[in-house]
Amino acid sequence: MRLSLNSRLSAISALLPALLVMLVVYIGATSWTVWISLTSSRMLPNNNFVGLRQYQILLGNDRWITSVHNIVIYGVLFVSLALLIGFLLAVAIDQRIRAEDTIRSIYLYPYSMSFVVTGLVWQWLLNPTLGIQHVLRSWGFEGATFDWIVRPETAIYCLVVAGVWQASGLVMAIMLAGLRGVDEEIWKAARVDGLPKWRVYVSIIIPMMGASFATAAVLLSTGVVRLYDLSVAMTNGGPGIASEVPAKFVMDHLFERANIGLATAAATTMLITVVAVVAPYLYWRTRKGEVR
Amino acid sequence: MQKSNVDIRSLQIGFGGLKVLENLDLHVGASEFLVLLGPSGCGKSTLLNAIAGLIEVKGGEIHIGGRDVTWAEPKDRGIAMVFQSYALYPRMSVRRNMSFGLKVARTPQSEIERRVAEAAQMLRLTNLLERRPSELSGGQRQRVAIGRALVRHAGVYLFDEPLSNLDAQLRAELRVEIKRLHARLGATMIYVTHDQIEALTLADRIAVMQGGVIQQLDTPKKIYREPVNRFVASFVGSPAMNFIPGKLARGSEVAFIAGVNQLSLTGYAFRSQPTEAPAVLGIRPEHIELTASNDPSSVSARVEMVEPMGADTLIWCRLADGTAFSLRHDADTQVRVGDTLTVRFPADAMSLFDETSGQRL
Repeated sequence: MRLSLNSRLSAISALLPALLVMLVVYIGATSWTVWISLTSSRMLPNNNFVGLRQYQILLGNDRWITSVHNIVIYGVLFVSLALLIGFLLAVAIDQRIRAEDTIRSIYLYPYSMSFVVTGLVWQWLLNPTLGIQHVLRSWGFEGATFDWIVRPETAIYCLVVAGVWQASGLVMAIMLAGLRGVDEEIWKAARVDGLPKWRVYVSIIIPMMGASFATAAVLLSTGVVRLYDLSVAMTNGGPGIASEVPAKFVMDHLFERANIGLATAAATTMLITVVAVVAPYLYWRTRKGEVR
Repeated sequence: MQKSNVDIRSLQIGFGGLKVLENLDLHVGASEFLVLLGPSGCGKSTLLNAIAGLIEVKGGEIHIGGRDVTWAEPKDRGIAMVFQSYALYPRMSVRRNMSFGLKVARTPQSEIERRVAEAAQMLRLTNLLERRPSELSGGQRQRVAIGRALVRHAGVYLFDEPLSNLDAQLRAELRVEIKRLHARLGATMIYVTHDQIEALTLADRIAVMQGGVIQQLDTPKKIYREPVNRFVASFVGSPAMNFIPGKLARGSEVAFIAGVNQLSLTGYAFRSQPTEAPAVLGIRPEHIELTASNDPSSVSARVEMVEPMGADTLIWCRLADGTAFSLRHDADTQVRVGDTLTVRFPADAMSLFDETSGQRL
């Protein structure tokens, strides 16, 4: 195929801004981050190479260990609960109910709120002296206790509750689209076969909805990696360091604690973890594509 | 294998204010192959779904095998069903597609295996049992769907346009297979289609439907030879029946006047005394005969178009007064466009319809 010089030029000039952004912002900034993590940088970046010293410090840092621990708990619970609840909501809406549009909008509404707003709302709701516990006690349930957010060992689960509340609506929308794509005649065939409804969902419908589950899981997972604002708005990492998360660790050390070297080491560790998960998946995907 | 009869009494079905079927009666005998034939929207699929129990009825009764199943769940009706889109369970192997329903119904494993093996052998699926539906061709998929119905050992098999998604050649192959299956099993089958060839080739009896009403219920031969009204006459048969407007005249003998031509009706079996009134003459292309020019009952027509169809040739002609019709002739005909033919309309092959009501006279 031969293109005239003119159209080739315009194609290149159209792609150039995106290419520059790609090179400078993503690849450039990432490489620079990795390099700084290998230096002794504190408040300002320097080029004093110290090998993996920052990583050694990082792995000895209690706050980092707690952050990693928390993100694992949050990641597993948030993704699985959001998928489960989102799917169940979609199934409920798919039963040809009345006022479907309204209910769908209500379920999807939390997703239109930022994590900061979500965090604040849930902070109030979970605050023992203001929220649910207070209401229950004022109704006469004197012994009612719901103080997860002020207890170090349960604070992270409060983030899960808020995160799931926010994301379930999105999962529902994706799942509902998947459910609506199921051929009506499959349902009829299942009825003639005498299959109970739950059995149809478990054995036939869910296996058909692999693409919907994958889409939802990928979207939720990116939300896990970049989890920052919810922790800041809801608990500010507290009580103590009980609900710290890796992204917050990086931000705090970059801008408040003036320890750029440690922050970039943490950021690089996050990057490596994500790549370690995504790369095999992408490899598998392309292999699968070739086989077809 | 049991063979159930199906008895439908004054069935009424509607969606909201819309009445789809009203006071419909239909009896299907045990081992009978009944085809519901009609254009889309005529209510034939609705009727089949009602028999299956997949839609609710507003009134009337449905009896299958002597049992009132009007309000029974589909699985308790002793039916099995095959769908247009195959409706296979996509993530299950062919074997699991066929066995899953039985397994959920807690049929003993040995019995399940026996039935699956039997159905697979009958439908030539034995080598495909471990495949997924996505790895099968359309014809194979529909055979699997038929297999899934067969293992239910139902009293009645329902087919909802099962061949409509297939290409012409596969459709013809599978049609023969379904007919063979019916001959072998002797099972009761109710088959919905809009394809009149399928209806004519498969059915013991055809119910031609339009507007939620069964227009005619009879053997394929009767439906083809003696349609009760113009709708049935025009819907069944390809190439289509010719319709020639004119009027009846009673002179020394009853005759049909079409413009300047007078056609003798001696030998036509009138249903009631003919009266002198406007009427429409229907005659199938293969019943029009070429004849010698000195035949007194003949008319002459000009050839306008010749359509070779392989096995025979369709010749489009026009009478002197402008009436067009087609006739079927040998494949190796010498007729050319512009020729003048002398043709005869045999009275015993005609169908006469009232001009206003469209009913057969």
